[in-house]
Amino acid sequence: MKKTLALVLALVLCLALLAGCGSKQEPAQGSAEPAGDASNGSVYWLNFKPESDEVLQEVAKMYTEETGVPVKVVTAASGTYNQTLMSEMDKASAPTLFVIGNQDAVKEWGDYALDLTDSAIAKELNTDAYELRDADGKLCSIGYCYECYGIIVNPDLIEQAGHTMDEIKNFESLKAVVEDIHARADELGFDAFTSCDMDDSSSWRFTGHMANLEYFYEEQAAGAAWTECPESITGAYLDNYKALYDLCVTNSLTDRKDLATGGHDAENEFITGKAAFFVNGSWEYAAVSEAVPNATMIPYYCGVQGEEKAGLNCGTENYWAINSAASEADQQATMDFMVWCVTDPEASRMLVDTFGVMPYKQAAESTNGFLAAADAYTAAGNYVMDWATNYQPNVDEYRAALVSALNAYNADPTDANWESVKTAFVDGWAAQYAAVNG
Amino acid sequence: MSRKTDNPNRVRKRDKHPAGQPLKRPMRKWSWLFLGPVTAAFIIGFVWPFIQGIYLSMCSFKLIRDAKFIGFGNYLTALKDATFVHAFWYTALFAVVSVILINVLAFAVAYALTQGIRGSNLYRTVFFMPNLIGGIVLGYIWSMIFDGILSRYGTSILMETRFGFWGLIILMCWQQIGYMMIIYIAGLQAVPDDMIEAARIDGATKWQTLWHITIPNVMPSITICTFLSLTNGFKLFDQNLALTGGQPFIIQPDGTNIKTTEMLALNIYNTFYSSNSASKGVAQSKAVIFFILVATLGLIQLAYTRKREVQQ
Repeated sequence: MKKTLALVLALVLCLALLAGCGSKQEPAQGSAEPAGDASNGSVYWLNFKPESDEVLQEVAKMYTEETGVPVKVVTAASGTYNQTLMSEMDKASAPTLFVIGNQDAVKEWGDYALDLTDSAIAKELNTDAYELRDADGKLCSIGYCYECYGIIVNPDLIEQAGHTMDEIKNFESLKAVVEDIHARADELGFDAFTSCDMDDSSSWRFTGHMANLEYFYEEQAAGAAWTECPESITGAYLDNYKALYDLCVTNSLTDRKDLATGGHDAENEFITGKAAFFVNGSWEYAAVSEAVPNATMIPYYCGVQGEEKAGLNCGTENYWAINSAASEADQQATMDFMVWCVTDPEASRMLVDTFGVMPYKQAAESTNGFLAAADAYTAAGNYVMDWATNYQPNVDEYRAALVSALNAYNADPTDANWESVKTAFVDGWAAQYAAVNG
Repeated sequence: MSRKTDNPNRVRKRDKHPAGQPLKRPMRKWSWLFLGPVTAAFIIGFVWPFIQGIYLSMCSFKLIRDAKFIGFGNYLTALKDATFVHAFWYTALFAVVSVILINVLAFAVAYALTQGIRGSNLYRTVFFMPNLIGGIVLGYIWSMIFDGILSRYGTSILMETRFGFWGLIILMCWQQIGYMMIIYIAGLQAVPDDMIEAARIDGATKWQTLWHITIPNVMPSITICTFLSLTNGFKLFDQNLALTGGQPFIIQPDGTNIKTTEMLALNIYNTFYSSNSASKGVAQSKAVIFFILVATLGLIQLAYTRKREVQQ
């Protein structure tokens, strides 16, 4: 008996050793070694949009077939980009192409980014709106696509409720339509807003995106767009945020008390016509447009003076950076790949279809209806609300505190509970700024 | 194996090496071959990362290859961190309550299932099964169960610290009782029947038998179970992350916050992945403090319960 046991143990040990030696570390999807000849450099793209992984793998394969240069695309699992980036950057075969998506990330990763000033890819850009620079002016990363967010609307349902899209011009008119639909929800068979869950998979719509209206108007009142994260904010437009947030959570399919742990599928609620309004962004177009072909997007109307001229929130967190520690051959190969992505008709078509719009001279035209709506607003002379939200300091911690405070407020919407939202929103900014820069 | 001694070869071999000494020499010569891979794996997989971890706790770093030695500053920052102190006391409270509840209940279940009830084996399997589910999944499942109940009262597990605390206790009891039960059953089955019988003949009541015969005899099981549940309690991470993720927070007037249900391991994780470039070293120093703490507590507990073990 003892001998058998010893034998089994010895075998297990040997197997464990072999497994330890033989296994490759595969942190995420699609990390198989790519085909091609790496003698002239290779590309390793650490992607942070799981929904685009499939397309990127295809594009990578196309490039290797065309040029022979191996391209590996690894996609970090949703919400774990930072963790994956950190562990991958420490390896000998670190990513050559990665994402530095906002000013906070520039502080964190700027040292590892190649200066892209006057580079081949920078020359292809058709705007300088999507460039991230560090304190010394080094061009750390450049946008490869941009997006917009606001309130997605199903115009058919608005009409069914006896209203028109033209009615909605500002917060007052939005509120009137929303409250009317919510009041008659039983009779109409649909409600105003989809569920506004506050769990991790959905809370960013309110603590990240909707919060942008406060930062944007604060920025606008100060006269200039932020170029770096401010030490503190005033919260002067927090009442406007509150107005819109309250409107969403009180006139929706799900009672505000049930939002904390989530579990509702807002996208599905919108697609199946259970609600007419859906707070989200242009990346939803592919999912939404089939069921609601004429879905459109309206700005965050929140009661600010002159908001009739507001447009959508346009910006991006999709910024390419080249690893400055990669070999020169790899850097060059990566640069060539990037240029190919935005100039090759077929590749850029595929990428634009998954990303929305690529702000490059030769890239394919966008077919995204929400981005078309954004353009229409701009063409009509409305102002674009830029993504000031990208400056949120220590973003995960900041938003987590906001979620916790909003949960308490949703459970018991008193002024005292709103005060703590205010503290998390305004004082939390200063505290997290100090934590990052202190 | 056969214990026959009439094998001529075996006898001859014994004759050749009466003291067994000559056999040892070739064994020694080749010992490195057998020990080498295991030692190397142990050094690569444990000793080296451990030393590197201690070194990194005294460094400021973003990537490990760029680590810069800065001394004990990280430890000071870690000890001054109010969230870390809060997480420590919260974890300690959790560990104490969970150790008591898990062990008392697991022992009770094990005791009941060794009394010859019908279907004991089925019950043992059923009680053991929760162990086979991963922590993150368990956390999400239980958060749905708790919210299913709490939402009737217009609240949620994320709304109050005590809900989060007891929720996690219930979850851990549910998961661990079955595991500890198996260890206790093994211990209970090893208690000599004649001892129990002698006690019965001497007129001991069931309670006296349990207290003076059974429990002293299962002390080795108690030692191992308290050790496991104590260290598990301190090291708890995934269930904590999935069930409450530290919510609710206390938002302090200066804008900082304390995550009221955040335990030590989650606190270290959150510190490590915050955007502050200095935080990596601080998180690493917290991890070293954490290791010393868990190791010390574990050893004290082992020494304490070992003393109470009886030799059969």
